[in-house]
Amino acid sequence: MTARVAERIVEEVFRRESGRVLATLIRLLGDFDLAEEARQEAFTAAVEQWPAAGVPANPCAWLITTGRNKAVDRIRRDAVFRSKVQGREVASAEADAAAPLDEPDDSAFGDDRLRLIFTCCHPALGSESQIALTLREVCGLSTQAVARAFLVSEETMAQRLVRAKKKIRDAGIPYETPEPPLFNQRIQGVLAVVYGVFTEGYAATTGTRLVDEELCGEAIRLGKLLDELLPGNSAVLGLLALMLLHDARRPARESHEGDVILLEDQDRTLWDRTKITEGLALVDEALSIPGQLSPYAVQAAIAALHVRARKKEETDWPQIVGLYEVLLRLQPSPVIELNHAVAVSMVDGAARALDLVDSLRARGQVSEYHLLHAARGRFLQQLGRLREAGEAYRAALGFATLEPERRLLAARIATIEALTAEA
Amino acid sequence: MQYLLLIYSNEAEMAGRSPSAIASMTEEYTVFTKGIIQAGQFKAGDRLKPTSAATTVRVRGGQVAITDGPFAETREQLGGYYLVEAKNLDEATAIAARIPGARVGSIEVRPIWPPVA
Repeated sequence: MTARVAERIVEEVFRRESGRVLATLIRLLGDFDLAEEARQEAFTAAVEQWPAAGVPANPCAWLITTGRNKAVDRIRRDAVFRSKVQGREVASAEADAAAPLDEPDDSAFGDDRLRLIFTCCHPALGSESQIALTLREVCGLSTQAVARAFLVSEETMAQRLVRAKKKIRDAGIPYETPEPPLFNQRIQGVLAVVYGVFTEGYAATTGTRLVDEELCGEAIRLGKLLDELLPGNSAVLGLLALMLLHDARRPARESHEGDVILLEDQDRTLWDRTKITEGLALVDEALSIPGQLSPYAVQAAIAALHVRARKKEETDWPQIVGLYEVLLRLQPSPVIELNHAVAVSMVDGAARALDLVDSLRARGQVSEYHLLHAARGRFLQQLGRLREAGEAYRAALGFATLEPERRLLAARIATIEALTAEA
Repeated sequence: MQYLLLIYSNEAEMAGRSPSAIASMTEEYTVFTKGIIQAGQFKAGDRLKPTSAATTVRVRGGQVAITDGPFAETREQLGGYYLVEAKNLDEATAIAARIPGARVGSIEVRPIWPPVA
């Protein structure tokens, strides 16, 4: 085998297996940075040795063993590492790393990847750190890419990651999948991270671009990985369905100029039918699992009703209203109340919806949420109360940070001004 | 690993409870402490006298300054602690969650540096 061929094979193996190799090395070595270096050295060794020795029967196992052995050598040699890992912790790190290895199989990899996800999403880490760590260590994004996703400098993101890994070491956060009593609570944390990645990509909170495809893609990949590792979990299925159904609409959501196109105005022929089919099947599966109904599954069911309508006039709004009411009982939140009001306006009219939004606003929790004021503006406009509608849109503009949304609101205001000028 | 579990609560609120509520919580602490002793997790633990009995000492430029009261005024005050041995953070937080005071106040879980070899 030539070096060139070996390199191509190693690249292929890297693409397929590097995540699994890393997850297992992290468990064996108990340290992210050490594991990453070990993986790097293992793949380098593969490029060097496989041309002559041939590709091993189990490339993954070979890489893990090689990586682990090189790390053990490094621990023994590296005085700097010793001084960081004080006292009796060095001895136990060496012992753990040098213990005989079992031949890894698929279920072991699955376990290690799940452990890694739960560790990165541990509640003792702040939610920003959880997301950053998951993108870096589970998704394999470069520090630069993660920094770009969150609009911070690479330096800032690097420090965030360093602090998170230090917290894991210093506080003794374990590399473990939580046991059943804690499992359900902790999986909610993991799903919140995945959903956080998706919503960051789908509607970035600051900046000029409305959608970041890469992040949405990573979130969906994470969702699929979780489904693979935890089959038949209603919340996982619900979240994956929700993300696929939202993502299916992405091609229609933004104009060439980068403007927002609302659902009601979208060209539905641009929706991704493959993702829709996949998402709809998952919604059915999520809803068919007996036991606790996941809010993600309900949100996915709402998204499903939207995508099933080939034309906006065919949207089953009464069912959507009903689903929002189910969702509000499961997970009361001002944002969901707002969405419920918009759905109600489609069934019972703008006056009723305005009452709901005003009552929400009176409770004072979301007075700075631009979409609340935008909704008020829309209902007031529908009721012909143009001056008040204009005021509401202006209030919305005051709170909106995303450029495309600001342009949309400015256009609404201009429309109102034109209408009132004519009157 | 050893962890220090610092028990914080609002002293004024705690002092304002009825005698039966106080007795009930004291009993819960007794049961809890016995439990972690039996599990081999307990290393030390004490209830502290309130911050009205506290004194703060600082030495600056060779001068010893002694002031009345805790080091800072805070909404919740340190009322007690447990020093425990736990396998990892999850075990430590599980212990902390069972401390009776966790229901009304906050338990800070601080890992302790291992002794230098």
